[in-house]
Amino acid sequence: MLDKLPKLEVAQPVRDLTDWIKEKFEFIFNPIKDDFGPFLEKLSEEWLAAIPAWLFILIVAVLAFFVSGKKFGFAIFSVLGLVFIYNQGQWVELMFTFVLVIAASFLAIIIGIPIGILMSKSKVIQSILTPVLDFMQTMPAFVYLIPTAAFFAIGMPPGVFAALIFAAPPTIRLTNLGIRQVSKELVEASEAFGSTGLQKLIKVELPMAKSTIMAGINQTVMLSLSMVVVASMIGAPGLGREVIRALQRADVGAGFVAGLGIVILAIIIDRFTQYMNKGKA
Amino acid sequence: MVPIIKVENLSKVFGKKPQVALELLDEGKSKDEILEQTGNTVGVNRATFDVEEGEIFVIMGLSGSGKSTLVRLLNRLIEPTEGSVYINEQNLAKMDKKELRQIRREKMSMVFQKFALFPFRTVLENAEYGLEIQGIDKEQRKEKAEKALELVGLGGYINQLPAQLSGGMQQRVGLARALANDPEVLLMDEAFSALDPLIRKEMQDELLDLQDRMKKTIIFITHDLDEALRIGDRIALMKDGSIVQIGSPEDILVNPANEYVEKFVEDVDRSKVLTAENIMKRPETINIEKHGPRVALERMKEEGLSSMYVVDRQRKLHGYVTADDASAAVKKDTKDLNEILRTDVPTVTPTTTMTEIFNIIYNSPVPVAVVDDGTLKGIIVRGAVIAALAGSEVNTEDVG
Ligand SMILES: Nc1ncnc2c1ncn2[C@@H]1O[C@H](COP(=O)(O)OP(=O)(O)OP(=O)(O)O)[C@@H](O)[C@H]1O
Ligand SMILES: [Mg+2]
Repeated sequence: MLDKLPKLEVAQPVRDLTDWIKEKFEFIFNPIKDDFGPFLEKLSEEWLAAIPAWLFILIVAVLAFFVSGKKFGFAIFSVLGLVFIYNQGQWVELMFTFVLVIAASFLAIIIGIPIGILMSKSKVIQSILTPVLDFMQTMPAFVYLIPTAAFFAIGMPPGVFAALIFAAPPTIRLTNLGIRQVSKELVEASEAFGSTGLQKLIKVELPMAKSTIMAGINQTVMLSLSMVVVASMIGAPGLGREVIRALQRADVGAGFVAGLGIVILAIIIDRFTQYMNKGKA
Repeated sequence: MVPIIKVENLSKVFGKKPQVALELLDEGKSKDEILEQTGNTVGVNRATFDVEEGEIFVIMGLSGSGKSTLVRLLNRLIEPTEGSVYINEQNLAKMDKKELRQIRREKMSMVFQKFALFPFRTVLENAEYGLEIQGIDKEQRKEKAEKALELVGLGGYINQLPAQLSGGMQQRVGLARALANDPEVLLMDEAFSALDPLIRKEMQDELLDLQDRMKKTIIFITHDLDEALRIGDRIALMKDGSIVQIGSPEDILVNPANEYVEKFVEDVDRSKVLTAENIMKRPETINIEKHGPRVALERMKEEGLSSMYVVDRQRKLHGYVTADDASAAVKKDTKDLNEILRTDVPTVTPTTTMTEIFNIIYNSPVPVAVVDDGTLKGIIVRGAVIAALAGSEVNTEDVG
């Protein structure tokens, strides 16, 4: 009975669409592939990796000390964790992962905050975007790798863009939420004194929403880290690739070491963004 | 005189079919009936009134009667469904966004019930807000904001954050923020309702004081009749979105327009609540140990009084002298006050109630002395008793 139903064509149209996008937007994809990719690689491999590891660790430790409100715990953890990664010969991999995370999060944030603001200002935009965001977040992460790999070949750019798509939703959502949560009286006060829409946004709504937005940014950074690791499946370099290699060789030991490196990086990044939020609130 | 604010037939209906609701109002349907029939809420129903320059116009009514909606229609934070508001003869409804902003920046400021201070800005930065968005340069706005803060007695707190201040002080910041723009009209939506009674009274006094000095036009919302009577030059009473009576405090007390107003007023039997302490004034006195009839006469002339109380250094009450007696004594060249001192003084204690005072003062040619343990604390003039019974002029200044 069910077998009589002809198969709906879904895969083919998506395939066609991808090809179409790839062709039409080549002028965007090619420069990203040819310039942005090599730039990120150069940044990780030649510039960041050129900083002596001890100096890099020292800088992180000092920042950690101050950002955590002049406590030693976090700084000591950062030093031990980074020394361990260096000791295991994963330093360059760490740099790759670090650059990928920063690039993806940075893009996700500068795209996500304006979208979140638009969403908070318009019920229509909100009702269109909410299901889209739900969809983006429930899709298994590595599905994004397929089209981005199609657009950008392999290497760092598809990793960055897959992570960007996967990681932007929390920043968008929480920017929207943060602005909508600003108390009605404060919005009224700002309007009653004759603020323009932009003044209201900059002088009242964004400062009031700041800690909510920062919570979104924190999530975005963590999600882009997880995506960057997954992106190793399409050849993005870094700690994730070490895990995949270990997987292919069924080398539990090497996999454990690389995995531990990712966890250490995750904790350091998470604490940094959280402390930055608390510190200024 | 042209009223500074003129409100004509102003209505606001919340909901999807406001026009239908307005038609039903024309048919004489009540707010509740309309809500049931159409799901629309009548916020304000055909309000018409004028506000004169320099007056304190109080809008009073129970919760949900439409006070907040009405005051927000005056600066168009809420768009009216029908009717018009004129500010200095300019029609608010006809203004585009830019003109409306101009009015909000220059003509009227608002003070909010829950203060609505910006928590991440210091007291000074809060007070500067209105000037900042007008693009006034830093020096100038600091100067103006500081002046406004001085005015409300917060000169020493400019670098604190609002959360560090008490409720009363926070609302002073709210007031300073509104005054810093030097607006013509202040809109105050239950500005003192969140404060505890003592602070509240203090703020009311200060507002009256400010009003005396600065001659702003104030539209003050409250649900408290006492507050309305105390500070209002005129009071508008609202019920279910309509204004049911507008009048002076006396009008409202003496001629309640309908049952609703009457019920409102009934609770306020002021004569039972107020005591001598509440209505006494600081007395002008002469010192029996230092002064003679000549000084007494001079002082009475200066103050425009026909009699004056006589005390000693410890402010113990000795009696009073009249201007006529003093004048005669001066002619006879008498030096001693004791010769013309009268001791038939009408006295009460600080806790005597208004009803009793009223009986005493009725037959007395001189003001009643408020005496505690032989010490003169203050005096009560007949006018104050009547005024207090009518609800205004209650005195809280320290008469020690
Ligand atoms: N945004 C809104 N949407 C729908 N109904 C509203 C809205 N704002 C107010 N109302 C309704 O309009 C009526 C008047 O409300 P308003 O807030 O003006 O009363 P109020 O006199 O200020 O009361 P309170 O003393 O509680 O502040 C109420 O029935 C209220 O439910
Ligand atoms: Mg209200």
